[in-house]
Amino acid sequence: MRRRSTALGAMTAIAALVLTACGGGGGGGGGTAGTALEGTGPITLVQGKDVSGFVQGILDEWNAAHPDETVTLIELPESADAQRQQMIQNAQAQSNAFDVLVVDNVWTAEFAANRYIVELPEDQFPVDDMLPPVIDSARYLDKLYAVPNSSDGGMLYYRTDLLEAAGITAPPTTWAELGEQCAAIQATPQGAGVACYAGQFEKYEGLTVNFAEVVNGAGGVITEDDGTPNVNTPEARAGLDFLVNGFASGEIPAEAITYKEEEGRRAFMEGRLIFQRQWPYQYSLANATDGSSSVAGNFAVAPLPGLDGPGVSSLGGHALGISTFSQNKATALEFIKFYTTLENSQKYLELASQAPIYTSIYDDPALQTEFPYLPVLKESILTAVPRPKVVRYGDATLAIQDAAYGALTGEMTSEEALTQLQTQLEALTTN
Amino acid sequence: MATIEAPAQKKPPPTTHGDKDTRQQGKLARILLTPTMLVLLIVIGYPILAGTYQSLFSQSQGVDESGFVVQGDQFVGLDNYTAIFTGAAGERFWNAFYNTTYFTVVTVTLEVILGIAMALIMNRAFRAKGIIRASILIPWAIPTVVSALLWRWIFDANGIANDLLGTQVLWSTDGAQAQWAIIIADVWKTSPFIGLLVLAGLQVIPAEVYEAAKVDGASALRQFWSITLPLVKPALLVAVLFRILDGLRMFDLPFVLVGQGKPSVETVSILAFLENSNVRFGAAAAYAVLLFLYIVVVAYAFVRLLGADLIGDAKQKTPKPAGGRRRLRTVAKGDMP
Repeated sequence: MRRRSTALGAMTAIAALVLTACGGGGGGGGGTAGTALEGTGPITLVQGKDVSGFVQGILDEWNAAHPDETVTLIELPESADAQRQQMIQNAQAQSNAFDVLVVDNVWTAEFAANRYIVELPEDQFPVDDMLPPVIDSARYLDKLYAVPNSSDGGMLYYRTDLLEAAGITAPPTTWAELGEQCAAIQATPQGAGVACYAGQFEKYEGLTVNFAEVVNGAGGVITEDDGTPNVNTPEARAGLDFLVNGFASGEIPAEAITYKEEEGRRAFMEGRLIFQRQWPYQYSLANATDGSSSVAGNFAVAPLPGLDGPGVSSLGGHALGISTFSQNKATALEFIKFYTTLENSQKYLELASQAPIYTSIYDDPALQTEFPYLPVLKESILTAVPRPKVVRYGDATLAIQDAAYGALTGEMTSEEALTQLQTQLEALTTN
Repeated sequence: MATIEAPAQKKPPPTTHGDKDTRQQGKLARILLTPTMLVLLIVIGYPILAGTYQSLFSQSQGVDESGFVVQGDQFVGLDNYTAIFTGAAGERFWNAFYNTTYFTVVTVTLEVILGIAMALIMNRAFRAKGIIRASILIPWAIPTVVSALLWRWIFDANGIANDLLGTQVLWSTDGAQAQWAIIIADVWKTSPFIGLLVLAGLQVIPAEVYEAAKVDGASALRQFWSITLPLVKPALLVAVLFRILDGLRMFDLPFVLVGQGKPSVETVSILAFLENSNVRFGAAAAYAVLLFLYIVVVAYAFVRLLGADLIGDAKQKTPKPAGGRRRLRTVAKGDMP
């Protein structure tokens, strides 16, 4: 008898050893931390990897000028999900370890609604000089909760050499045109065997982006401006059908269902795609002349096509917010002002190819020479639609991915997918 | 012995003496073990209790009129658990539960076969033994996440696997091929672990046993079946148990190799993780507790049924006379005037 209980005890211990019990932090006691922007002293800046070293340069500059209010960089994992999770955990623990948070613009609503970040004084920032959709993505219920430091928008990359060979002068503006141009190009010897179109269709955040773009590009919405889901519409179906039919007809290669950004970039740089929906970061990489890209100098970018005319991009980008539990909010505010100046936005573009937030940078001729895609990108961002502003964004994006992936892999029809998505989104936004 | 006359008859008999020693030793052992036990209690006991406690609460996600989320945890008793078993969440849970079990059974079976084969090869004395051993152990030395990334490249649409097969299987999508991608990667990575433990078991089998068997004219197969397997069984059972525990909490391989939200490879750990990343700590803890209980039950059943010698006081199948010390004690007790 005693031996049996020893055995059980030991088993339990061993099982426990191999099982990480995940006890979440006790829930927030709520709203005790001040929202007043007071307190000066050393602060931390929390973000993903500072790959280019640009951020450290900003910090060095600031720290030299403010020896009593130094900013330390805390680098979180590369994956956006992991970053979000650590920021939430920090807020749940009401820790003052994080002061300035670099939030992905799709988290703004969630962070603001949960009081993880505080409202910022809009009149102290040059919001009028920024691209309207970009600054808008940092608002929640018309109040400013973060200040953008970079933007991002999707563009249509296309192979100029192949279009030329088929005698096509301008890139497509509608999906129908895109299909026709593909057929013409694939009939030429140069274009034979090159796949037509791809985006990011693996089941992850990128699929949410691509789904939102085709829905918006056909005149549909995922959620209305007030946040009510309205995705079960003929417009949304027309958008989703562009992708579904693309897969069915082979216009989109079967392997594109496994594409994230990088897989797609490889395919494009190996010359296996005529058209591709992709972020600006690919531009300089695909133009590399060190032999890594076989399409260098043979491609250009255009705004995304849509159903009846130019399409709509989803809006990417990051913004800086102040943690509710920060003790030095006054310093944090000053630092955000310093970080988001016009000069720094331009530096960010030059050092890290991050899309700027100020209108004037896009219109600067010197910069346009250096970054030929700036006008297209500006167009893309100006017409961009933010992803749904849902407080429970994490659940919403999973629901979108479930529906979109199900439709693209042929598990369900577009109609079934959208009906299911509408039901799930309603459940997420009404409790 | 007779020459040595015990000078003091009143002295307690030596057995009692021994008994006192054991008692003192037991006391000392307890004192020495206390720090370990305390550490275990803190790093294992507390998280289990905290996780269980957390699973009884729910985080509200409703929004009030001003657009803010209502703060605070509510005590909901067992609601998190009942929610797991009802409706769509229930289907999802049972699917994940099935996947978890299926992966464990299939991978452990394949790993045992391969692991024993590896051990037999490594146990052979030939010239390249060192190299063979090292190369067999490399997969085990690579962190799971890294090997998941490695296999994601191999199973890429244009990867090596498809090149070799000459077709284009989309391994990382959803379905049976994704399950096999994970099984292959897992078997590749952890067969060496079983191989290693079995090798340790093999090396303590004396060569004479095999020589005797040869003299008796036993075939190689018969030798393996009647000598090697029974003698290596304790080590093998420990290895299999560890692999079962590992398999049941599989997370990183499907998560990295195939991705999240793919029904065919979703495991219970992944469900807990997803709930956790959507700030529903109560529901996440409930999944984790369920998985924990499942693992405890499986492990306990395994030990009871197969008698894996994990705890050190091995159950003896054939009732031999009990060990010396215990008999002494009974004798001593019996002799007590």
